Amino acid sequence: MKSLQLVANRAGISWLLLVAATIISWAVGAEHGTGATVVLVVLAIAACKVRLVGLDFMELRHAPLPLRAAFEFYCLAIWAVLAGLYLWL
Amino acid sequence: MFLFGDMVVFGVFFVTFMVERAKAPDVFDVARRTLHIGVGVTNTLVLLTSSLLVVAALGAIRSGMRPVATNALYAAFGCGLLFVGLKVFEYAALASAGHGPGANHFYLYYFILTGLHLLHVCIGLAVLGLLVTQARGAQLSDTRLALVEGGACFWHLVDLLWIFLFALLYLVS
Repeated sequence: MKSLQLVANRAGISWLLLVAATIISWAVGAEHGTGATVVLVVLAIAACKVRLVGLDFMELRHAPLPLRAAFEFYCLAIWAVLAGLYLWL
Repeated sequence: MFLFGDMVVFGVFFVTFMVERAKAPDVFDVARRTLHIGVGVTNTLVLLTSSLLVVAALGAIRSGMRPVATNALYAAFGCGLLFVGLKVFEYAALASAGHGPGANHFYLYYFILTGLHLLHVCIGLAVLGLLVTQARGAQLSDTRLALVEGGACFWHLVDLLWIFLFALLYLVS
């Protein structure tokens, strides 16, 4: 039981969310549609997944503010830049 | 800082991929559809699971549950090996179908990006091996524990980079 407590926490919930997000992005992106909206959603899901990995697996949720802010900025910036390139190139 | 540097470098690779993609979107989309999406999804789930196992292992080490930590790390290592095996299978399948790195720019970028990531996976496996020795060893000093935490973060970085690669290579149409 004590072992179960190691994953029955925020990281465990994040893992469930990450698995669900992977399946959703697969369903949304793999075969269906080629519209810009689909791509923006797929990239947004990826950025949200990366954010969860950072916050709950790498323990950045409780890291010093500058470190957490830099990571949050990275997630947002990657999404914005990739989405911008897709839309305007 | 090293991990952040790696993330930025890969960020530049992602941007380069999108720029190249914009030059021939149809070629990239046709090539994308030849990838094994099932393998891509499976590999994503495998890495996510390995990351959770590493989180559990770190928690076990902190709680003094060394055997649990060791087993979790072995399981994470197994997930890493499974990722490598599936990647090699995918490379072989693509190459035998005539979709090697020289076929077009999509495949060139696919092999470069996933190859660099695979290198990270292999380094990560070595790091996990090191963590096993720490989990099985004597009580960890604060310095050693910080080292273990850094190693765990490296494995999560491997997971994190793959999440973007999976979206860019397999899903962006």
